Amino acid sequence: MSARTSVKPTSIAETRGDRIFLLVVKLLLWLALIAVAVPLIYIVANSFSSASAVSGGRVLLWPVEPSLRAYQVAFGDPQIMQGYLNSFIYAAGGTLISVTLTIAIAYPLSRTTFFGRNVIMSFLLFTMLFSGGLIPTYLVVQDLGMLNTRWAMVIPSAIGVWQVIIARTFFRSTIPNELYEAATLDGASDLRFLWSVVLPLSKPVIAVIALMYAIFQWNSYFDALVYLKDPSLYPLQIVLRNVLILNSQTGSSQDLANQLDQQQLANVLKYALIVISTVPVLVIYPFVARHFTKGVMIGAVKG
Amino acid sequence: MSGTIEVRPAPPAPVVERPAPSGRPRRTSRRTAARRSFRRHWQLYLLILVPVAYFVIFKYIPIANAVIAFKNYSPVKGPWGSDWVGFQNFELFFANPVFWTLLKNTFLLALYLVLASFPIPIILALALNEIRVGLFKKAVQLVTYAPYFISTVVVVSMTILVLSPRLGFVNDAIGLFGVPAIDFLGNPDYFRHIYVWSDVWQTTGYSAVIYLAALAGIDPALHESAKIDGASRIQRILHVDLPGILPTAVIILVLGVGNIMSIGFEKVFLLQNPLNLSQSEIIATYVYKTGLINADFSMATAIGLFNSVINLFLLLGVNFAAKRITGNGLWS
Repeated sequence: MSARTSVKPTSIAETRGDRIFLLVVKLLLWLALIAVAVPLIYIVANSFSSASAVSGGRVLLWPVEPSLRAYQVAFGDPQIMQGYLNSFIYAAGGTLISVTLTIAIAYPLSRTTFFGRNVIMSFLLFTMLFSGGLIPTYLVVQDLGMLNTRWAMVIPSAIGVWQVIIARTFFRSTIPNELYEAATLDGASDLRFLWSVVLPLSKPVIAVIALMYAIFQWNSYFDALVYLKDPSLYPLQIVLRNVLILNSQTGSSQDLANQLDQQQLANVLKYALIVISTVPVLVIYPFVARHFTKGVMIGAVKG
Repeated sequence: MSGTIEVRPAPPAPVVERPAPSGRPRRTSRRTAARRSFRRHWQLYLLILVPVAYFVIFKYIPIANAVIAFKNYSPVKGPWGSDWVGFQNFELFFANPVFWTLLKNTFLLALYLVLASFPIPIILALALNEIRVGLFKKAVQLVTYAPYFISTVVVVSMTILVLSPRLGFVNDAIGLFGVPAIDFLGNPDYFRHIYVWSDVWQTTGYSAVIYLAALAGIDPALHESAKIDGASRIQRILHVDLPGILPTAVIILVLGVGNIMSIGFEKVFLLQNPLNLSQSEIIATYVYKTGLINADFSMATAIGLFNSVINLFLLLGVNFAAKRITGNGLWS
């Protein structure tokens, strides 16, 4: 290392203190890596282990007595499968609606010739600072007749101001005005320009906000908790809460032998459910992480 | 916005002929610009109609609906037809012994969260920034970023499972040191720590990305000249990196404090159980129970409104202070 640095005239050799510091930094990063990874690995390892091994607390970071029984049970449960299907419906439909509406407001706000864009932007930003609250919003949803319908899952949370800011910043910084002028000379209207020029050029940002909405929708449970009563409409997250959290706090005891077996299965089932519900997100995650990072950075740019 | 209404009553011709110095000619030119913009770009105005309607319906009508905080809400009469009761709902809430507990729990939990989750992403970002681009750096980023995408329900379930007295590995680990198993979620004293540190676990990697972006924006020449001046790595962090990310950090801190009163209903609600309620009941969960479970709409709205107003004042106050001290703030 020092041999190389001495060759380059501009850089100065690292001191002993710097090398120690770098070592501490690496140690710190290893610590962060382990702290985040261990619980994740622990869950996965448990989900693939036998019920008795899980109940005995014998699993740490590698499956013990590997078994897929918990997954079989989970995939055979109609309630869980219905929840899965519902979540897919909400994620797909919600994302389509959200992305369309977000572009419909973000694009005009990115145009300097759009009169009143600052007023409208303040109008949006204010909703980030102050809200009417849970009940007043509930009353609106109720008055619109959306309670206990699939619409309640996708409409009240359709537009995120943050996503509007990201899209607007992207449009403003990457679509040159000359392009618009050229298109106008060719006789394109604003909508035509948006459809044929802006959208094709904006695929990266559309992908980012679409994924943000999809993951948000996939993970959301609060709207369902408040607005839905019919179990056949429940998204996966509500089903998960019922199985994972509510059951975990009740301890009824009947028929002992059967009870023990059921109890053991219930334990491992929890781990399997966590994995099953998270897999769709984590499968696409490595592919989108890069774009997401970009999205966060665009959003972090002020204005 | 109100431009469409303003355009009509003032006939522009006589005003234009007036020479100059007052503000009026500029106004007129703004008006003609607006009118030209409407005519030429009507499609854009058409486009925003639905999204703007969305904000009116789902954000602004609820703000108007919040009047039921000052009423005795009757579902038959609706928000506007119900009878006024003035500040009765607020007075009842403030007189309720639960008020101080809720306020204390909400405030302490949020303050603890801000204090813990503010510096850690900065440290992570600075550390990542020190090492060269490579597999290790990528791995750390990819892994620490991942929990952000896991749902709250799952994170809470994981927390409960990992901390479980019989099965969780945390109790196994402390058992190695001879410590007897602890029922973490059954003891109210542990609630805040569990809430805050599971949150740090989930969001640190994500928050660090913003600081990494800020660090990438620092002029490399500053680092070069600091190196030539003989600055050590620590000195460069203190005198180049930290000042470089200060504006970003201030904004994030302001937003964090602004969220103090609106911290995650979802997560607290999921982590709650009858045993830890004495520290885990916060204003948001109480609003949910009062409003949707006990169906006392007016009271729940009053409590929620109280919460939103405090929140707004905290945000404005901290933003003001941050601007005074560092020169940075929201909408600078």
